[in-house]
Amino acid sequence: MKRQAMTPKERVSLTLSHQEPDRVPLMLSLTMHGARELGLSIQEYFSKAEHVVEGQLRMQQKYGHDFLNPFFYSALEVEAFGAEVIYSEDGPPNSGRPLLNDISDIGKLHPVDVRKSGVLYKMLRAIELLKEKTKGAIPIMGSVTSPFSLPVMQLGFDKYFELIHFNRKCFDQLMGINESFCVDWANAQLSAGADAIGYADPVSSPTIIPRELYAETGFQIARRCISKIRGNVATNFASGKCLPIAGMIMQTGTMAVVVSAQEDLAELKKTFGKKLALVGNLNGLEMRRWNTETTFHSVKEAILKAAPGGGYILSDNHGEIPFQVPEAVLMDVAAAVKRYGQYPITNQ
Amino acid sequence: MDNLDYLKLELERSLLLLDSDAAEAIIKKSMMAGDTYSVTGDLISATLGHIGDLWEKGNLSLSQVYMSGMICEKIIENTIPPHVVLKPGQPRMAIGVYEDYHMLGKRIIYAVLKASGYELIDLGGGLSDDDLIGVVNREKIEVLLLSVLMLPSALHIRNLKNKLGNSGLKLVVGGAPFRIDSELWKEVGADFCGKDAAEALEIITKISGNS
Repeated sequence: MKRQAMTPKERVSLTLSHQEPDRVPLMLSLTMHGARELGLSIQEYFSKAEHVVEGQLRMQQKYGHDFLNPFFYSALEVEAFGAEVIYSEDGPPNSGRPLLNDISDIGKLHPVDVRKSGVLYKMLRAIELLKEKTKGAIPIMGSVTSPFSLPVMQLGFDKYFELIHFNRKCFDQLMGINESFCVDWANAQLSAGADAIGYADPVSSPTIIPRELYAETGFQIARRCISKIRGNVATNFASGKCLPIAGMIMQTGTMAVVVSAQEDLAELKKTFGKKLALVGNLNGLEMRRWNTETTFHSVKEAILKAAPGGGYILSDNHGEIPFQVPEAVLMDVAAAVKRYGQYPITNQ
Repeated sequence: MDNLDYLKLELERSLLLLDSDAAEAIIKKSMMAGDTYSVTGDLISATLGHIGDLWEKGNLSLSQVYMSGMICEKIIENTIPPHVVLKPGQPRMAIGVYEDYHMLGKRIIYAVLKASGYELIDLGGGLSDDDLIGVVNREKIEVLLLSVLMLPSALHIRNLKNKLGNSGLKLVVGGAPFRIDSELWKEVGADFCGKDAAEALEIITKISGNS
């Protein structure tokens, strides 16, 4: 029997408590697509909070998904530290040359005052406006990069690996600055009206560093930060695998995990059980080429594997759907979740 | 070399423990017992290739692949004169990061190819179409290896390929978007795609006819 329709907030809240809502919640991680809705370039779009608010509201109307995503772009955080950002006509603004030329420059890095940063203010203002306009009916997902993953944009991957392995003193110094920034930034978003925070931590994935190294670095940092963030947190490994560190992730205090398309949802569901909700894992890159048949098949397969019992949000595997994914595919994803995601889940 | 399998295991163990002294001792010992090509090819290159394979299978992490390559590159610089290690008859090659500055993948492939006896020009990062067309023509490059992090950069390779024309240049691509979307390299018109260091080495060996 079909259950009574719920609001996005009720739907998400119930699934996060590992119960079955009316249907599987859908999180479409749309950022740049808002520029297309408004007929703006990506650079123009991200220049004003009002653009992002309008873009998010129009897309939510169009696709009927269950979250608003005021995330601008990953490089926003290093931009706040003073780094260069390179805009693209068809992709997310990217960090330019690393902010720090060398490990020895870490001492020169100045902490960012989150409330005084003009760069960060745009996103805080977007959250405030979204909250105001939707009156809290649709969950707003804030976002931070983990202190442990931010150095990829501050230093570059290669120098950062060398820092982790050979210079723990400077590593600890950098983590001190980044942890304080991360917690302040997350809490500022929650104060502005975000309902939860996505904690993007790709470096912690076993795809990037060994499990043992995660245990003594990224895991400890995540545990410390998440305990200080005054709201719910979902950890995102941005396409990276997480099964080998599942036991530790469950101890970080996160309530959900965004999972990779390279891991099997059924195995993930079995592993995380009712301890953590799963978010994912449609392959955003391949989604560019999907037709209605492949879209419906992929959505159905994901729902059958992960949705029974609740604790599952259908989404992509990275936390940002590429600009090249066409509107028709997004419409198909939204239609497929309505068709196959009604609880109780059946193989129809 | 006698006990090659044992030496490979020992070298791999040293590299994964980041014990560069032990790795250097194994390589020096092998140099005394065998010729340089066997050491770079059968020992170092094969070991780094195996480490790349283990990453591909999910048994190792990217940081271990990177650190192993860096250690081997330094050991070779310190122990083997540059002219001795080069494989003969190799094409003119260059490697770079297209449109952004995330250098890790490029550094790994560069280190593994250098450690395997290949010479290639390191073009750095943030490369535009004009940069690449200029260097290909000026240096008469026959094999161009490009690393990207972002999907838009990967898609722009199609346009670059068109601009490069039918010069016979072999274009080898790699990076995160190509790992996640296994059809993407064909879509952008690349000649080869190396998902990891082991595959890149295999491709260059094939192109060079140095099997």
